[in-house]
Amino acid sequence: MSSDSLEGWDLVIGLEVHCELDTNTKLFCGCPNSFGDSPNTNVCPVCLGLPGSLPVLNSRAVDLAMRIGAALHCDIRPSRFHRKNYFYPDMPKAFQISQYDAPINCDGWLELTTGKRVGIERAHIEEDTGKTTHLGESGRIQGASSSLVDYNRAGVPLVETVSAPDMNSAQEAKDYVSELRAILVACGASDGKMEEGSLRVDANVSVRRSGSKELGTRCEIKNVNSLKSLGKAIEFEAARQIAVLQQGGTIRQETRHFNEDTGETSSMRSKEDSHDYRYFPEPDLVVISPDEAWIGGIRSGLPPMPAERRALLGSKCGAGSPGTPSSNQVSTVVAHGLDALVLGALDDGADPRIALSRCANEAVARVDAALHLAPTSFSRLVTMESVGDITATQSKLVLGEMLDEVDQKLEELGGSTGGFGGYFEVDPEAIANSKGFEKLDNTTLARTLDDIVESNPGEWERFLAGDEKVAQFFVGQMMKSTRGQADGKAVISLMNARRDKKG
Amino acid sequence: MTSTQRTSFPRQGVRETAIAVKTRFQSASDVLSDCLEEIARCEDKIHAFNLVLDNQARQRASEIDDLIARGIDPGPLAGVPVALKDNICTREIATTCSSKMLERWIPPYNATVVAKLQDAGAVIVGKTNMDEFAMGSSTENSAFGPTRNPCNLDYVPGGSSGGSAASVAAGFVCCALGSDTGGSIRQPASLCGVVGVKPTYGRVSRYGLIAFASSLDQIGPLCVNVGDAALICEVIGGYDPRDSTSIDEPFSGLLDSCDKGVDGIRVGVVTELLAPASPDVQAAFTKCTDKLAAIGAKVDEISIPELSYGLAAYYLIAPAEASSNLARYDGVRYGLRVAGQDVESMMRATRSAGFGPEVKRRIMLGTYALSSGYYDAYYGQAQRVRTLITKAFGRAYESFDVLLSPTSPTVAFGFGAKQDPLDMYNSDIATIASNLAGHPAMSVPFGLGANNLPVGVQVMAPTLGEAVMFQVGAQIEGLAQ
Ligand SMILES: [Zn+2]
Repeated sequence: MSSDSLEGWDLVIGLEVHCELDTNTKLFCGCPNSFGDSPNTNVCPVCLGLPGSLPVLNSRAVDLAMRIGAALHCDIRPSRFHRKNYFYPDMPKAFQISQYDAPINCDGWLELTTGKRVGIERAHIEEDTGKTTHLGESGRIQGASSSLVDYNRAGVPLVETVSAPDMNSAQEAKDYVSELRAILVACGASDGKMEEGSLRVDANVSVRRSGSKELGTRCEIKNVNSLKSLGKAIEFEAARQIAVLQQGGTIRQETRHFNEDTGETSSMRSKEDSHDYRYFPEPDLVVISPDEAWIGGIRSGLPPMPAERRALLGSKCGAGSPGTPSSNQVSTVVAHGLDALVLGALDDGADPRIALSRCANEAVARVDAALHLAPTSFSRLVTMESVGDITATQSKLVLGEMLDEVDQKLEELGGSTGGFGGYFEVDPEAIANSKGFEKLDNTTLARTLDDIVESNPGEWERFLAGDEKVAQFFVGQMMKSTRGQADGKAVISLMNARRDKKG
Repeated sequence: MTSTQRTSFPRQGVRETAIAVKTRFQSASDVLSDCLEEIARCEDKIHAFNLVLDNQARQRASEIDDLIARGIDPGPLAGVPVALKDNICTREIATTCSSKMLERWIPPYNATVVAKLQDAGAVIVGKTNMDEFAMGSSTENSAFGPTRNPCNLDYVPGGSSGGSAASVAAGFVCCALGSDTGGSIRQPASLCGVVGVKPTYGRVSRYGLIAFASSLDQIGPLCVNVGDAALICEVIGGYDPRDSTSIDEPFSGLLDSCDKGVDGIRVGVVTELLAPASPDVQAAFTKCTDKLAAIGAKVDEISIPELSYGLAAYYLIAPAEASSNLARYDGVRYGLRVAGQDVESMMRATRSAGFGPEVKRRIMLGTYALSSGYYDAYYGQAQRVRTLITKAFGRAYESFDVLLSPTSPTVAFGFGAKQDPLDMYNSDIATIASNLAGHPAMSVPFGLGANNLPVGVQVMAPTLGEAVMFQVGAQIEGLAQ
């Protein structure tokens, strides 16, 4: 959609982000909080809502929720739980224990990388539901031939962060979610994995004539599972609402479902048939009244937040102004919590540009392992690349194997990375040697180039004539002949030298 | 003499039984056999039980005998036969709440009180009948048929713990546990002529008690005497990390309180709770207070006008919580399931078939009370009344150590006598306030009223005031002899 169609209109966006807390156990029982286990294995009388069972609050979850509140500059207050009543097969008790009129965190803010502040209305604790799979054509509960329910997720602790309607574009909404995600990871509250459902976003979208102060009627969009979808969903919804209004229609307040395949939103239910949740205070739990000492400890124990860490990493790496690739790399590295790895390597004398690139481009894809790679080992790899012992291509391969080794060592620890905070030393030289990655001396390289030129005289003529594109052909051929050991830049300079000498 | 005349009588108490077993005067197996024989003789007339655990109980009793033979103390309840209200979860043993909804449900775990009873050496004999999901005051709301009052089979035993009260009154067991949400231990205790105690809210873990109204429910004992009830409270009470509302305070010394007398104890007779009682009940009650005064208690009247709003507040709060607590019975995971075309119709059909009329009435009442737009006028207002009642009690306890009233406004009534739900709700008029305030209260038998049926005197005390409550209760028991 072009931005032209928004001409004369303002978007108003508020987001509700559900974050699964990274606790060992569920919110109200001792069952493991883990993703991907066989269905209905992490369950007990409490999280199945069996008759007579009672919830007991996980204090670690309260701790993490308060950390989130502190990181979002919220008031942290005495709070209580309510029951949100509605029938659905994946809700074992037919009510969800949530916070209603007294959330633990309220009235905070989050600063986007642009410097704009988005208000945080509240960040409250609640329990997750189970997961239902509907069999049959519709894929929804209506018309399903049967439904399967997995209660492993039932009772997993969530913090729902509700923003003020302060965002005005799909891009701002995406920036908000990335920054919130980075903060949640920094707090140790979440692994930030949107693809595993650790973060789930609902978007409230409305439009109004530019300059108008009045808020338009909003629609809530559900089922947004990635940043990309979030952007698409908001843009589609804004365009839809503007089209309705331009045709003289009115927007109905409703909940809309985002379809990943079509990129469109469609009505799920209107305000009129929305549930009456019949909230009332949860009588089986007591009020949470964190004292000043507890709150103070949370605030002072908070690790540095992403903004501060980006500034530090950026200055150490000499990153340029916002928008340059290296500043994006800085954001990526910090968002994945790998800045410690880069900074550690820099302390060890590694080249900042290379360290940042390997981390932002390669290591982020293997975060779980990279977080446990010793910075000194990483530094050795970076240095091997910077002094030209190995090429960039080889360096990436070696890093991949180093992370394989880390994974293997983590596995030996029992496959659980949750409790382990240490690093593993891995020797990059040994890996490079075992793969036969040795620096090719210039004589060997020059001899190889001679051979290639000889068998491709036409191409060489074109190169001499100034055809820059054909240079890539020679680099490719050199890589092929040396099984990837040749360095691209070295090949180009060798070719230039050959041309200049002959010329 | 008709066939409905009393033929069964309470057996020896908890402490006597435990001593007999421990001193090998009588084996746990013999004690149990007596119980089972009595059950075999009278149960078809009384219907106190939903389930009698013949084999499991015999096995448990012989285990107790083995321990004793090896010189190991099985605990303070060695070989004591106990019955459990059928809303208290027992591992691998059906727990039905006297509802079709849970008729075939077998809990995979024990309630905390069950584990505590077993650890103390008790022998669990059976699960007792009750009003469905503890909603009722006569045990007529059981899906499995009513229980009859052992004192006279033409009368109800009260409710909702009617089966528990009847099992003790009939001599089937030495003691039974009940649950009390608005009087469900004390009122049947009163109607069956036994002692019934509702401890302070939070004293006894609710873990494994199938919830009716979570902020009001409390487990307590029904026994043949006050001292036994004190002992059972000590055994089943205490902090439980599985119940967040559990109180972390020692719950001991209650038995000692029973011997302290009432000299100088300030006893307040609550006029609002005495006035609705029938003349026969008032007469017995007045005799009791006169005798208390005669042995040194300072008896005076006190008016607590706030209590007259108690019944209305209770019948909003309890159904509201019940509507939420009973929502989980949807046919998805356990219990009854009636097939339907889709999930919603399955849930509808299951709940329509599984719940009886009184349960449905209260679910609807509670759902309405919590609805948006009505919440503040009903549930919110009821909670404010609850606070007022608690404060009013607080003022009363500045002048009195305990408060007294009849437990029930009448003696036991006949089957089908209270067709109008409001008539039935009025049976709880004197007991409800203690639940709303979370205070302890007990019923002690004192004399007979109309039709030679028992009258119960209710002793109420402030939060954690069980010691003084038992102190006065024990004296009333003595004066009744
Ligand atoms: Zn669980």
